[in-house]
Amino acid sequence: MIIYSLTFYLFSTVAVFSALMVISAKNPVHSVLFLILSFVNAAGLFVLLGAEFLAMILVVVYVGAVAVLFLFVVMMLDINFVKLREGFLQYLPFGLLLGIVLIIELGILFLTKNFPNTSTFKEDYFSNFSNVENTKLIGSVLYTKYFFLFQVSGIILLVAMIGSITLTLRNKDRSKKQVISEQNTIKASKSIIKKKINLGEGI
Amino acid sequence: MLYDYILQLLIIVAQIMAVIAPVLISVAFLVYAERKILALIQLRKGPNVVGPFGLLQSFADALKLITKENILPSGSNKIVFLLAPIVTMVLSLAAWAVIPFAPGWVISDINVGIMYLFAISSLGVYGIIMAGWASNSKYPFLGALRSAAQMVSYEVSIGFVIITVLLCVGSLNLTKIVEAQQTVWFAIPLLPMFIIFFISALAETNRLPFDLPEDESTLVAGFFTEYSSASFVLFFLAEYASMILMSAMTVILFLGGWLPLFDIYPLNIIPGVIWFTVKIMFVLFLFIWVRGTFPRYRYDQLMRLGWKVFLPLSLFWVVITAGFLVTFDIVPN
Repeated sequence: MIIYSLTFYLFSTVAVFSALMVISAKNPVHSVLFLILSFVNAAGLFVLLGAEFLAMILVVVYVGAVAVLFLFVVMMLDINFVKLREGFLQYLPFGLLLGIVLIIELGILFLTKNFPNTSTFKEDYFSNFSNVENTKLIGSVLYTKYFFLFQVSGIILLVAMIGSITLTLRNKDRSKKQVISEQNTIKASKSIIKKKINLGEGI
Repeated sequence: MLYDYILQLLIIVAQIMAVIAPVLISVAFLVYAERKILALIQLRKGPNVVGPFGLLQSFADALKLITKENILPSGSNKIVFLLAPIVTMVLSLAAWAVIPFAPGWVISDINVGIMYLFAISSLGVYGIIMAGWASNSKYPFLGALRSAAQMVSYEVSIGFVIITVLLCVGSLNLTKIVEAQQTVWFAIPLLPMFIIFFISALAETNRLPFDLPEDESTLVAGFFTEYSSASFVLFFLAEYASMILMSAMTVILFLGGWLPLFDIYPLNIIPGVIWFTVKIMFVLFLFIWVRGTFPRYRYDQLMRLGWKVFLPLSLFWVVITAGFLVTFDIVPN
């Protein structure tokens, strides 16, 4: 149990510290790297909770794909973060207000203790499954009880994808393209012409 | 209580050493094997001076590199520059924690083993991006960008290939994946997926014909142009360690892990570890053979292959496999 809590404090401290560094680092690339560190530590916390599937999905999707593209964009764009930070004091009261509201809400939630306990949640929904891997558990809930919502979120993502492709698709006639099948079927007789050139004449 | 913890810790450390030491030694001999096989393909002799048959060549090279001066480019971002090779090396070794070498021979037999491997291999791109960016130089940066795009694209098809295998197994546990291949190795019913996985593995490890991140004819040495001495050694070791890792993944997913070729008398008394190692060596030979045979891909062709050929094909095969399993009512569990 001591090891468990020590690991928890390790992961959570690093996660909070790196989250702070994300907003305070001067270099945007460092910010993204700290964001990745924070994600990885969050994955560690998931593992401690026994949600190993969620932890792995977090690493694969957010760290492996989303953050790579994020890093890509930050490295390519020349963002002047010092300039972005000029309005810091102006936005500070509003940010503080949001933070305070969030803390008060969380406080109310904890004081009233009305939120569903994780153990009772498990008993209610998964009483039929004991000792089942949580991959199967998630699958059995996601594809039965929440099937409709799951499909709807998939369609929303598809619409977003189509939208972004339409936005970036340039005029088709103007862009140059290679037809691979043509390149592969080309023959020497089509592309090379043999000529006999007389001396001093040229082609 | 405390002694129990310390004892447990010592056992885990010993297990880690028992896995990492053979991996690092096999990296050294893999480099030797590659040079020797390439030499044979090109009708040369290869390394044959240091030690008997040149066997100690890699150790001599490593020693030479480590004793050299470690140069930090003045314009570089020092911390990230030094962190990049460490990240790459740690990730390529961390993945070995879940690899089952024989029944029960695994450091951590977790339920989501294959997801862990996939997650770790998708993190591998960070070492390269960090190296390319921190070097603050044109060629490494271009190499890093190429590698980021390449690894993300090929990961998608690797993901679908893994899903196909998982459909046939019904578990994410690597031991169960191997045990599901008792009757037939997945390389036979899922042959197209096996080929796609192998080619994607070449792209994922930045090997020829997909080694554009370190394309020496256009990018000097790609993302590790500015690296020297020990940090270069770390990149080099990590590249070959991840090559062995991808071969181990191929063996576990498609070639039946530690299972013998046929379950008959003279073959099934050979221990599982030896079968596993022999299969890994076979896949590694394929890696080197491909390097010696094929010319490098052009970058747009590489992207086309990933997104327009492998992605639709592997997605199609996922649907076909799922449909087949449901129609004939042979869905595992």
